Amino acid sequence: MTARTRLAVDIGGTFTDLVLSLPERTLSAKLLTTHDAPDSAVIAGARTILAEAGIDGSVLDLVVHGTTLATNALIERKGARTALITTAGFRDSLEIAYEHRFEQYDLYMERPTPLVERDLRLEVPERLAADGSVLLALDEAALLRLVDVLKAERIEALAISFLHAYVNPAHEERARDIIAAALPNLAITLSSEVCREIREYERTSTTVANAYVLPLMASYLGRMRDGLAGIGVRCPLLLMMSSGGICTVETATRFPVRLVESGPAGGVILARRIAALGGYDRALSFDMGGTTAKITLIDDYTPQQSRHFEVARAYRFAKGSGIPVRIPVIDMVEIGAGGGSIGRVDQLRRIAVGPDSAGSDPGPACYGRGGIAPTVTDADVVLGRIDPSSFAGGKIALHADRARDAVLSDIGSKLDMPAEEAARGIVEIVDETMASAARVHAVENGKDTAGRTLIAFGGAAPLHAARLAQKLGIRRIVIPVDAGVGSAHGFLDAPIAYEVARTFLVRLSVLNADMIEDLFSDMRAEADAVVRLGVPQGALSERRTAFMRYKGQGHEIAVSLDGAALDAAALRAVFETTYAQLFGRIIPGLEIEVVTWTLALSQPHALPTADPRVVGATQAVAHEHRAMIESVSGASIHAPVYARASLTPGTELNGPAAITEDGTTTIVPTGFTVRIAYGGEIIIEGGFA
Amino acid sequence: MSDRRNISEIDVQIMWNRLLSVVEEQGQTLVRTAFSTSAREAGDISAGVFDLQGRMLAQAVTGTPGHINTMAASVGHFLEVFPVADMREGDVYITNDPWKGTGHLYDLVVVSPTFMDGHIVALFACTSHLVDMGGVGQTPEGRQIWHEGLFIPLLRLARAGVMNEDLLSMIRANVREPVQVIGDVYALIACNDIGSRRLVSMMREFGMSDLDMLAEEIITRSRRAMTEAIGKLPKGTWTNSMRVDGYEAPVDLVASVTIGEDTIHVDYTGTSGMSTYAINCPLCYTEAYTTFGVNCVVAPTIPNNAGTLAAVKVTAPPGTIVSATYPAAVYARSSIGHMMPDVVYGALEQAIPGRVPAEGTSNLWSLKMVAGHGLTGVGDKAGTQFMVMSFHSGGAGARPNQDGLSATPFPSGVRNVPVEATEAITPLVIWRKELRQDSGGAGKYRGGLGQIMEVSSREDAAFGLFAGFERVKFPARGRNGGGAGQRGGVSLTSGVELKPKGLQVVPPGERLLIEMPGGGGMGPASERDPQAVRRDVRLGYLSAEAAKRDYGVG
Repeated sequence: MTARTRLAVDIGGTFTDLVLSLPERTLSAKLLTTHDAPDSAVIAGARTILAEAGIDGSVLDLVVHGTTLATNALIERKGARTALITTAGFRDSLEIAYEHRFEQYDLYMERPTPLVERDLRLEVPERLAADGSVLLALDEAALLRLVDVLKAERIEALAISFLHAYVNPAHEERARDIIAAALPNLAITLSSEVCREIREYERTSTTVANAYVLPLMASYLGRMRDGLAGIGVRCPLLLMMSSGGICTVETATRFPVRLVESGPAGGVILARRIAALGGYDRALSFDMGGTTAKITLIDDYTPQQSRHFEVARAYRFAKGSGIPVRIPVIDMVEIGAGGGSIGRVDQLRRIAVGPDSAGSDPGPACYGRGGIAPTVTDADVVLGRIDPSSFAGGKIALHADRARDAVLSDIGSKLDMPAEEAARGIVEIVDETMASAARVHAVENGKDTAGRTLIAFGGAAPLHAARLAQKLGIRRIVIPVDAGVGSAHGFLDAPIAYEVARTFLVRLSVLNADMIEDLFSDMRAEADAVVRLGVPQGALSERRTAFMRYKGQGHEIAVSLDGAALDAAALRAVFETTYAQLFGRIIPGLEIEVVTWTLALSQPHALPTADPRVVGATQAVAHEHRAMIESVSGASIHAPVYARASLTPGTELNGPAAITEDGTTTIVPTGFTVRIAYGGEIIIEGGFA
Repeated sequence: MSDRRNISEIDVQIMWNRLLSVVEEQGQTLVRTAFSTSAREAGDISAGVFDLQGRMLAQAVTGTPGHINTMAASVGHFLEVFPVADMREGDVYITNDPWKGTGHLYDLVVVSPTFMDGHIVALFACTSHLVDMGGVGQTPEGRQIWHEGLFIPLLRLARAGVMNEDLLSMIRANVREPVQVIGDVYALIACNDIGSRRLVSMMREFGMSDLDMLAEEIITRSRRAMTEAIGKLPKGTWTNSMRVDGYEAPVDLVASVTIGEDTIHVDYTGTSGMSTYAINCPLCYTEAYTTFGVNCVVAPTIPNNAGTLAAVKVTAPPGTIVSATYPAAVYARSSIGHMMPDVVYGALEQAIPGRVPAEGTSNLWSLKMVAGHGLTGVGDKAGTQFMVMSFHSGGAGARPNQDGLSATPFPSGVRNVPVEATEAITPLVIWRKELRQDSGGAGKYRGGLGQIMEVSSREDAAFGLFAGFERVKFPARGRNGGGAGQRGGVSLTSGVELKPKGLQVVPPGERLLIEMPGGGGMGPASERDPQAVRRDVRLGYLSAEAAKRDYGVG
């Protein structure tokens, strides 16, 4: 990014964060999200922050925006009245889903209701074979009859998804042309455009989700653009995507499903920047807020990517309880563990924490808003890690006595423990839960957590980061500046980028390199058209990936093709290297096949390099001492408390200590040392005796 | 644990959580490297850690309950043949003995000792359903265990790190997909290795030299939680029976459930004798599904371990179809095993009304389709050779306050295979896969719907179906006045009926029609909310005629 005056806006469930980056300084602001008209909070906030900086909207070079609006519409079922047209005989694919119970032992589980009910899932006779050849021609007369249904039902958005359209989109395109001719104002999404990949349920689900949020997002983005123009903004508006890249309004309007989970993606982009600045080539991004924690592996300054995501998991974050979408996403493991997560004693008299959350209403018991269940925040208060008088910069007065009562009555009295020990139990269990999830996630990717650098942000993360690091074999923790609005900061670092995928199933034994080159040049043309909307000239960087497996397996692994030739021998070599890295061995003698190919095109962006400036060590001055309980030992200590604002670069101090700022508190246990980096980041090291 | 006084309550809980995470990692490793469809799509695997007495301390929560406590018991059989004292670092043990493993030859059980600082500290075990094990194949047509493939008794697979190459050669020579099968054998070994490594690093972190104290805590606490859960139930004995299709003759399944002070005892006396064919179920597999069914109702959140499993006792007279004896054929033991929860629920409903569902399809309606010499023709006339397995399910039973789930397995936990994926690797075309109207049993809460599928070949050749379907003659019954689900059917669209069990050949040009059963309804249909009936009609789950006939709503 070369633009110098930039504004980032992140609309989250509770707060709208703004970050204004000027050549000499950075301003930030936090507002409550206005749910009925989120764009108005943005415009009001932008006006305020511009005024504070003393500049006019016309000075801005770029506005980057991320929003949970699409996600919320899917969770709250507030999207358009949507219909689906599909191959005759397959309208129930969306409802039958995986034919799976995601909770093995729960006799009373329910699967999520499809976004389109059965009477609006319409069928048309047509059929392609797996090789794309036509088994049954598209019945155009039948299709025309469906136009009347769409009219009568006042359909606002239409998804079209035919079997094997990922090989041959001709039937879908013809169907769109026929419907569009009759209903020119109807928003239509084709499966072959939004998700050109095999597996009909997931492709159809992605197509329907896109159609469902499209009208809402189109009108919102239009209003947003007008509103910004109204305050004098003339620069481009770009949108944050779940992949960690940004795109133009045009692209976002066509493929709004790619915007889900964009806020957390921004956080990971910030973590990547911190990793690059510090030269931490193996990092772990840790974002812990009120309801969930999100953990992402970052290797060589590249966050782990995935092509599968589930929106709106309805059932305690259980895999399979949400709406699957196949889009490029930053691969995060999301755990129901945040400041509001509720602790309880289970049937085995064990302390269990989350995934149920007290949220912000009623919130933790210590908020004094009627919450009575003990939460992680309550436990942190009981342990003395949060100062009740200065929470959220003193804006929310916490009731330490209510925290203690809740912890004691729901846990301490049941397990015959004092409140402090029960609170320590809540904190230890929630940290262990996050550590387990991170460890399993790393193993699933053939990686390890030990020896990484933990980059922690979000309101609850700095409180728990040091203990989590210990459990993961991590010796260095970095707390970025302004960690509370981390995602919005990340937006300013994201490149304009676009990724396309194509399923083209081919065995290496019959692979034709020219055919693959043709496929990639098609994909490149598609991605180029999108990226060029935002980057008219200049070189672009390209990443190619193949999703490969041994013939007979059902799951593919992502194999980077960067620098590899496209002949069978080269593909076999990169596959075997990757497979061995993931699973520790290869299987000689088995055929290998490629299922899906992806190409990601991106504005080249140089990562920031480590800042060489070293500042001489200075001693920190504590403004008070506070009684605290250490989570490892349970020992009572009297720890110094420092205001983060008072710690200048170069400052060094030793744990135990607490470092407070408006959005959070950083806990430094005994055995850890702290150094404030040139950029203001808190760097915590140590942790093993 | 050298000094147990220093271990706090919270540390015990943390270590227990960690142990559960260790076996999750172990299990995940296996699912992701497995070749057989059952293992990777259905999670038809199991992974767990045992103490040196062979007591299971933790087990991964995987897709199918068929290995619950079958694997736990299996480790005991290994210890009888290979005592702990004789185990060396790098040893690995293996079997597929249906009676000492998990009920049929297709499942391998692999056990590996874990060593720390030269001392044995634990055992890891895992199981996986393989692509093939030779024999007559994936059909219930075998009549004796020897028809069903290679039988591997309790053997050493590796001795001090050196693989038993003779055994591997023997396996390779006896199976249809030797590379994949041997690949799965290595996956089993690797998953135990991962578990061992994680356990040792956990023990070092917590300064443990053995698992004794943690094992006692886990087992005692779990047992106590089961005792508390069972203590809340009324005491007594209740009996239920259910008739299912069977193979050559109908089978009566009879369960007597006795709720005692701290145990639940399920006895299957009165159940029919064995079949001539391979639907016989060894007791270990009967136990697995019985325990699973009971735990879903009594203690759904208590993890499986030696303490939990001891609370449910399962017995059956040897020679009944639920306690099949050597040398009976047992390949399709799930035909009977999957019915266990339904039988037990009929008894539990009497003891604790309002907590169990109506009967469901229960048995899977998976399509195992093939073409090849000897099966669908001779030599080249048999068409392109293939073998494909895709999991599918009929409707589940209605719940006490909810409709039954449509096209959803219970008690099995499988996932389906996408139609596009099946078509991409075979000449098959699936023309139709949709919910089956009117198949759910009528009731205040309706049974789940089955599905209809139509399949043909793109080639001018026949293809075969290894059928193993239940509820074709005897439907899933409703509960408390609810109606039965519709029966299943297997036929050609031209009208010819096919048999529900054994190899069926679909001639060139014909289409196979599969109609999966629906689940039973709950409560009288007359009590169903008319709005719900009208909604079912609007959405096509119910025809207007059935709404009028069964619910009186027109």
